[in-house]
Amino acid sequence: MVNRVVTGAHYGLRDWLIQRITAVLMAVYCVVLAGYLVMQPYQDYDVWIALFSSLIVRTFSLLFLLSLFFHAWIGVRDIVMDYVKPAGVRLVIHVLVILALLLYTIWSVQILWGM
Amino acid sequence: MKFRIYRYNPDKDTVPYMQDYELDIRHEDSSQGKMLLDALLLIKQQDDSLSLRKSCREGVCGSDAMNINGRNGLACITPLHTLKEPVELRPLPGLPVIRDLIVDMTQFFKQYHSVKPYLINNDTPPETERLQSPEQRAHLNGLYECILCGCCTTACPSFWWNPDKFVGPAGLLQAYRFIADTRDQATSERLDDLEDPYRLFRCHTIMNCVDVCPKELNPTEAIGNIKDMMVKRMV
Repeated sequence: MVNRVVTGAHYGLRDWLIQRITAVLMAVYCVVLAGYLVMQPYQDYDVWIALFSSLIVRTFSLLFLLSLFFHAWIGVRDIVMDYVKPAGVRLVIHVLVILALLLYTIWSVQILWGM
Repeated sequence: MKFRIYRYNPDKDTVPYMQDYELDIRHEDSSQGKMLLDALLLIKQQDDSLSLRKSCREGVCGSDAMNINGRNGLACITPLHTLKEPVELRPLPGLPVIRDLIVDMTQFFKQYHSVKPYLINNDTPPETERLQSPEQRAHLNGLYECILCGCCTTACPSFWWNPDKFVGPAGLLQAYRFIADTRDQATSERLDDLEDPYRLFRCHTIMNCVDVCPKELNPTEAIGNIKDMMVKRMV
């Protein structure tokens, strides 16, 4: 194989946009959650369970976690693209990161709905 | 005033080293309009083996870009009195050194040429000029002034890691200069060419480019505008 510098994969815009949108979603979730914690100074296990038994809280928490995983995927891939040069090693790391994030997703559902 | 200058002559030196120089100009006197380039020329009278590029001595040609006390800038428009002693001078970071303060700009210009920095218009040229309204022309302000000194691109970590693939702030500013030009007909092709994880999207809005630009231009804003146009085109 010839060793030429190639560019032109024609992606990037969608990822960049997803990273921006997920960042906004995470920021909103954090502000709302922080607001709730400030308004509700008395916290114990029962209050926490009551909060997370609501379907809305569970749904938005899952949305937050999915945003986090998407955001992390794009960010970690960017870092790997900068620092890991051999394409084979890079592909292996990409696959490992995707697998880890998929497992985290399943784990998150299990935690949120298993409580 | 004290200076510490990066020296490297590939014919003689195995590794680069820093050399100290002292000039008989007091810090207070130097405030009277003396620029760093004036000091460098005085040093060159002491030691004519010191190599550097310079030409217009007024911030227009962009030849004497260098790393001044850790920050890229043009020696000819950097007043001496603003500099902390010893003034540490190094070649622009991230590019191969040819000798002393002279770097090989090949990679920088390769990226610049890759964005086709010229007007593409296949219509028959009119008798006089291709006209623009004053409003259309105003969009080119802050873009056409770039002198290609390389301060921004060589201050960009994304360019340090991928100089062969990332266009860099100077090239992207020029890409947007032609995307923003109403007389240019290749907008879509230009956007296609830049829609790439490396060529455009290595920019992570670090904004070193804006920080160092000696002409006070804003490549980050231009890159943001390119991304906005791509989003508009997609949604």
